[in-house]
Amino acid sequence: MLKKLFSVLALVTSASVLAAGGHAVHLDKAPINLHDKESLQRGAKMFQNYCLGCHQMEYQRYSRTFRDLGIPDEVGMKELAFTANKVGDYIKNSTPKADLARWFGAPPPDLTNVARVRGPDWIYTYLRSFYVDPTRPFGVNNEVFPLVGMPHVLQELQGIPHKKHETQMVDGESKEVYVGIVADGSGELSPEEYDRAVADLVNYLEYTGEPSKLESHSLGIKVMIFLFIFFVLAFLLKKEYWKDVH
Amino acid sequence: MFKNFMSWIEYRMPFMEKMNLHVMQYPAPKNFNFWYFFGSLAMLVLVNQIVTGIWLTMNFEPSAERAFASVEYIMRDVDYGWLLRYMHSTGASAFFVVVYLHMFRGMMYGSYQKPRELLWIFGMLIFVVLMAEAFMGYLLPWGQMSFWGAQVIISIFGVIPGIGDDLTLWIRGDYVISGATLNRFFALHVIALPLVLVILVFLHIIALHEVGSNNPDGIDVKVPNEGQRFENNVSEKFTFHEYFTKGGKKIIVDAIPFHPYYTVKDIVGVVGFLIIFCGVIFFAPEGGGYLLEPPNFEPANPMKTPDHIAPVWYFTPFYAILRAIPDQLWGAILMFAAIILLALLPWLDRCKVRSVRYRSTLHKLNLVNFVISFFVLGVLGVLPATPTYTLYAQIASVAYFGFFGLLWWYSKNEKTKPLPVRLS
Repeated sequence: MLKKLFSVLALVTSASVLAAGGHAVHLDKAPINLHDKESLQRGAKMFQNYCLGCHQMEYQRYSRTFRDLGIPDEVGMKELAFTANKVGDYIKNSTPKADLARWFGAPPPDLTNVARVRGPDWIYTYLRSFYVDPTRPFGVNNEVFPLVGMPHVLQELQGIPHKKHETQMVDGESKEVYVGIVADGSGELSPEEYDRAVADLVNYLEYTGEPSKLESHSLGIKVMIFLFIFFVLAFLLKKEYWKDVH
Repeated sequence: MFKNFMSWIEYRMPFMEKMNLHVMQYPAPKNFNFWYFFGSLAMLVLVNQIVTGIWLTMNFEPSAERAFASVEYIMRDVDYGWLLRYMHSTGASAFFVVVYLHMFRGMMYGSYQKPRELLWIFGMLIFVVLMAEAFMGYLLPWGQMSFWGAQVIISIFGVIPGIGDDLTLWIRGDYVISGATLNRFFALHVIALPLVLVILVFLHIIALHEVGSNNPDGIDVKVPNEGQRFENNVSEKFTFHEYFTKGGKKIIVDAIPFHPYYTVKDIVGVVGFLIIFCGVIFFAPEGGGYLLEPPNFEPANPMKTPDHIAPVWYFTPFYAILRAIPDQLWGAILMFAAIILLALLPWLDRCKVRSVRYRSTLHKLNLVNFVISFFVLGVLGVLPATPTYTLYAQIASVAYFGFFGLLWWYSKNEKTKPLPVRLS
């Protein structure tokens, strides 16, 4: 058992050393806003078109998405929920899980909570960090998630992304320095439009991670106002009673 | 009519008599300060945990297949389910915040000293049961951290020579953490341990009311009646239960009835606490990843170890001690010793003066040492165990245990300041 504990602790330790010492990727701040209903709607549409084939939202129902995003049920069912029978269905695909795992090397994770696990900035940067790498099975690799099994499903929007290097002088020597990823212009969207589209998708994922956020902030403000007034009254009441003591 | 009803009750069960004894005519020292809010706040959080826990139980499904999904169901499909869940998850951390501050209050003002040793022991038992309760509750959402955190903590018991392996098997009910573990943790979390907690809290308060509350000056408010006069004694204005005056054998000095004076004061504390508590619930329920850890939004996966397993923040001071020791068995022993030494404070502290206000500079510095080492250990327990951090944790562990050793050594002949006769 000593051995077992040691191996667990060793795993934890080595993993965390890796995490601490591993190359930290700079994450871009995702320009998202949960109150922007149109952005959320565009994001939902992106999810349905580009993600749902392989990924699911096992815990989120269409009805909830429609209600929170201000989409009438009939419109939503026609425009977004191609695979669902009922509006109360969870956002799932019908692709066999075993096939997916075989095709991509690992089962594609459920995306309901992905923004809570990874954070919106991570997803925003990840989806903009695919680059051409002929050594990979799908011809692409990712700066944020090296050797990821996922193909670049947004390539038709972004175009073919290449790693860009520039010649710079470093310590008196000219070196090839990696400066970023640049698409070749064959995509449907301009670089700005692509960033915007990814931000919409991330916005939607941020929403599905915690749909209650839409109501918790407005309810929270009311609760806080109540508590502040209550605090003043409670304080005055205490002062009044304690006149007997002082 | 009402009066008749009340006297009918009173004849059969002395309700008002007990209310007078414990609430309306209970003498509480008049000089309670900020630190005295945390007892009533701990009670408030306990009630919060029980009430929100009952409602969460109505929709939670304790099985490996359904636990994670049912929590997401509560978060999305149950009306105000998210609020109940956040009140419960934030409440767990709040419980430890108020209990740690409550315990530190006891350490500052020597509230564990004679005659309050048993009161302190009940409090320590509450603390231990609370840790077990929180640990088991954290497994229930069946996320990655639930699973792997439990894996690490249960394996600590495996280092006990001879019985270790069998013990962990017995705790888990399986060779790995599984649905069997989840089911028994659920049973213990919702019935067994809360029941024990409530009974211990009851005993804690009964023990408190028998010996009376300590106060920031650490002197007694019930003194033997030798016919002496006390100038400006506010207690003369009030009626106290004869149980406390022992039929005139004791004089109550500078104490006031718990109700209404401390009930109205505690309401101020409660609302102040709620402002912070609700701020977290509504605006930062994840607490920056310390109250709800990001990997826990992924279902438990025995095949995939998270990059960095850290227990929830309230266990980290003890976890840091465990990791600081290169030998697993000694690490586990010292971790448990860190808790047991706290329980032994009434006997380790041999000073007759209770409050830090009238104790030596050495004691004050030692108390600061305790706070710093506990806090540093807490921070290190969250961080990965690099060689540098392990060294820091070893230094902080020495400082933590040093507190108890030093206290025992200097408290015997400590140079204290003269005690006041009356509360300041």
